[in-house]
Amino acid sequence: MTQAFKRLRGLAGAVMVLAVTSLLIFVLIDAAPGDPAEIMLGTSAQADTLAALRTELGLDRPLMVRYLGWLAGVFTGDLGQSYTYGVPVAGLIGERMLVTLPLTLMATVLAVAVSLPLGVMAAARPGKAGDGLASLFSQVGIAVPNFWIGLLLILGFALNLTWFPVGGFPGWGDGFWAALWSLVLPAIALAIPQAAVLTRVTRAAVIEVTNEDFIRTARAKGLSRRRALWRHTVPNSLLPVVTMLGLQIPFLISGAVLVENVFSLPGIGTLAYQALSQRDLIVVQNVVLLFAVIVLAVNAGTDALYARLDPRLRARK
Amino acid sequence: MMTKHSDLLKSVCLAVLLSGAGPAFAQGTDAVTFGQAVEPQGLDPTVSSPVAAGQVTWQNVFEGLVTIDRDGQIVPQLATAWTISDDGLTYTFTLREGVTFQNDVAFDSSTAKFTIDRIIADESTNGQKANYTAITSVAAPDPGTLVLTLSDRNADLLYWLGYPAAVMVEPSSAQDNGTQPVGTGPFKVDEWRKGDRVIMSAWDGYWGDAPAVRTVTARFIADPQGQAAALQSGQIDIMGDLSAPELFDQFVDNDNFDTVAGAGEMEVVAGMNNAKPPFDDLRVRQALMMAIDRPSLVQAVSAGYGTPIGSHFSPASPFYEDMTALFPYDPEKAKELLSEAGYADGFTFDFKVPNRDYAQRAAEILQAFFSQIGVTANIESSDFPAAWIQDVFKDTNYDMTIIGHAEPLDIGIYARDPYYFNYDNPDFKAQMTTIAAATDETEREAGYRKAQEMLAQDMPALFLYSYPKLGVWKSGLQGVWENGPVPANDMTDIHWMQ
Repeated sequence: MTQAFKRLRGLAGAVMVLAVTSLLIFVLIDAAPGDPAEIMLGTSAQADTLAALRTELGLDRPLMVRYLGWLAGVFTGDLGQSYTYGVPVAGLIGERMLVTLPLTLMATVLAVAVSLPLGVMAAARPGKAGDGLASLFSQVGIAVPNFWIGLLLILGFALNLTWFPVGGFPGWGDGFWAALWSLVLPAIALAIPQAAVLTRVTRAAVIEVTNEDFIRTARAKGLSRRRALWRHTVPNSLLPVVTMLGLQIPFLISGAVLVENVFSLPGIGTLAYQALSQRDLIVVQNVVLLFAVIVLAVNAGTDALYARLDPRLRARK
Repeated sequence: MMTKHSDLLKSVCLAVLLSGAGPAFAQGTDAVTFGQAVEPQGLDPTVSSPVAAGQVTWQNVFEGLVTIDRDGQIVPQLATAWTISDDGLTYTFTLREGVTFQNDVAFDSSTAKFTIDRIIADESTNGQKANYTAITSVAAPDPGTLVLTLSDRNADLLYWLGYPAAVMVEPSSAQDNGTQPVGTGPFKVDEWRKGDRVIMSAWDGYWGDAPAVRTVTARFIADPQGQAAALQSGQIDIMGDLSAPELFDQFVDNDNFDTVAGAGEMEVVAGMNNAKPPFDDLRVRQALMMAIDRPSLVQAVSAGYGTPIGSHFSPASPFYEDMTALFPYDPEKAKELLSEAGYADGFTFDFKVPNRDYAQRAAEILQAFFSQIGVTANIESSDFPAAWIQDVFKDTNYDMTIIGHAEPLDIGIYARDPYYFNYDNPDFKAQMTTIAAATDETEREAGYRKAQEMLAQDMPALFLYSYPKLGVWKSGLQGVWENGPVPANDMTDIHWMQ
């Protein structure tokens, strides 16, 4: 009963956060300079033409009416029509998610796959060669922006070695592997900065746990260094790593905007960027709201994962 | 166990490699892929801002009563002939027979009337409507004849009827042309993968000669590095207008590509707020012009590609006149002019620069040139288009800005009221009226030449250079437009050498 109540309260909280976020998004975007009609029609458009287009787009209605109309639409799954493309926003976002979701997932998996072993290796023998290597990787990875990594990858692996396409996305309909293949370089470019941060966090977390009493006890009871590391230290160091992974998701999304642009991928990042510069406000609103939902969902997911990783958190509830 | 895993891994890698190695790039005798920087917001050039939409669909999908050819000349298309009454107020077009739209509806005077009525209607959302407002009524006396009646003479009307904003559309499909265009052209749109490409194929019902290629793909690549990479890897065959001049030279030296640095219609000008001191003083404007070494500017901003201009026409225009000698680079003379105007110690102003590469670079160079005559420009970046249109263009809350004017034949903007230059010159306005009233081409041309001279003298904006149209395409491909009298990717004459 209480468990169900807590869940309900969490859900209500999330809905409240989203409602406030949506209002903020709407008001802020509306206040930004730039009139969608003017941008669509160009600078030679006459005042009456602009007015006609504003009426057609419904931009002549009061702010609150437009906001409530949008909100009502969101609840029924109708996100509205893109001003510029003239097609439903839901479909537009759906198509783009088919690129960005696999891209960010691939990048996350890559980042974890590289950073966990690297971080643990660095922590197992601090100050040794492996540690130096990991530290070099994380310093460079944090310092170098992902779009530049992307350009280097294109130069090396797409133009010189011709292993990968230089950019673009053939679409899932034209063959699964070709589509997946075109996401590999962008995923690497996106993953490297994430992996760099995670390597650092993993190393620090593992070193901290290594100095705990229970590890010493385990070693004193005859456990080998290696077994103690993998059975006790690593599982207990995962908490901060998972926290960081959750915190990194928004950065992953913003990174996708740049990386998708470099690789000319038709993802949600390019959509957001294009919509913002064209003041396709309805698309911007929905994309930003979607990002907010994703961040909330990731937070909830991280909380749930905490409970699994740390039984004490479950008990406290 | 170990071997099993690595075998699986190997075969997955191999499968991935094989499928990744041979993607279906358009190349060969019956397919062509071109790239362009900006994805249109809709595919209907009569509704959306016509540049990007026209670059995909103009001539390929949509055609006009008349059209503008690669040399900038007006030539017949869906109208085979026309007469203009002596008073210049009645245009009678003879329409081509046997033309159908891609949805099998016949093209005749009723569809043509629908198209023109739609442009000039009160609820019209055609961004170029201003160019057609002289038309007061449209009549279709018989299926093969269209009659336009004008309120005033308008010598440019025929030109604008050839422009992408006036292509012929059909009543039942016009509403959906933004996403599913239906025109009379040789290609029809099969698919639009938004954010990525538009795929078109040859349409067998076309009235004219069938195009040499059967499949045309338009790819949208905003990033200049991405455009160059796509050319080099064979993903695209043509980039009619490479965005970054500094990337052009690598293709000039490459035998696999043909290149032409052609003339485009975009004039890059540093507009000034003519209503605001000190820019209301002619001597100050002329001094600023004489502070600028335009050839060096072109060298620094666009790797030497582009032509210095002295008035608001580019070399792509048949009426172009070179006015750069009028106020050449002469900092000493510029300083004299400034002290005559009472600014011996120079002055300081705000330079609102849109966040476009060419504009930002040019602004920095101008800043250096201005500092040589004691004038300080404080550069302030402005988000383009949104903030710039609001701040500079609409509210004219600026001292100086810099922007490329891409539309052909747009010298009339200096007669517009209101317009962001805040330039009010009754003589120039009268000149525009004279041009509109021209009764023949010679008179019209003379009028435009005079207008260029007036602006070159009065300098409402600093005329900098015309932006080059840097065309790169695979060698073996023929028929690409070298110049850009109209922003277009006309694929109707494209063919591969056998």
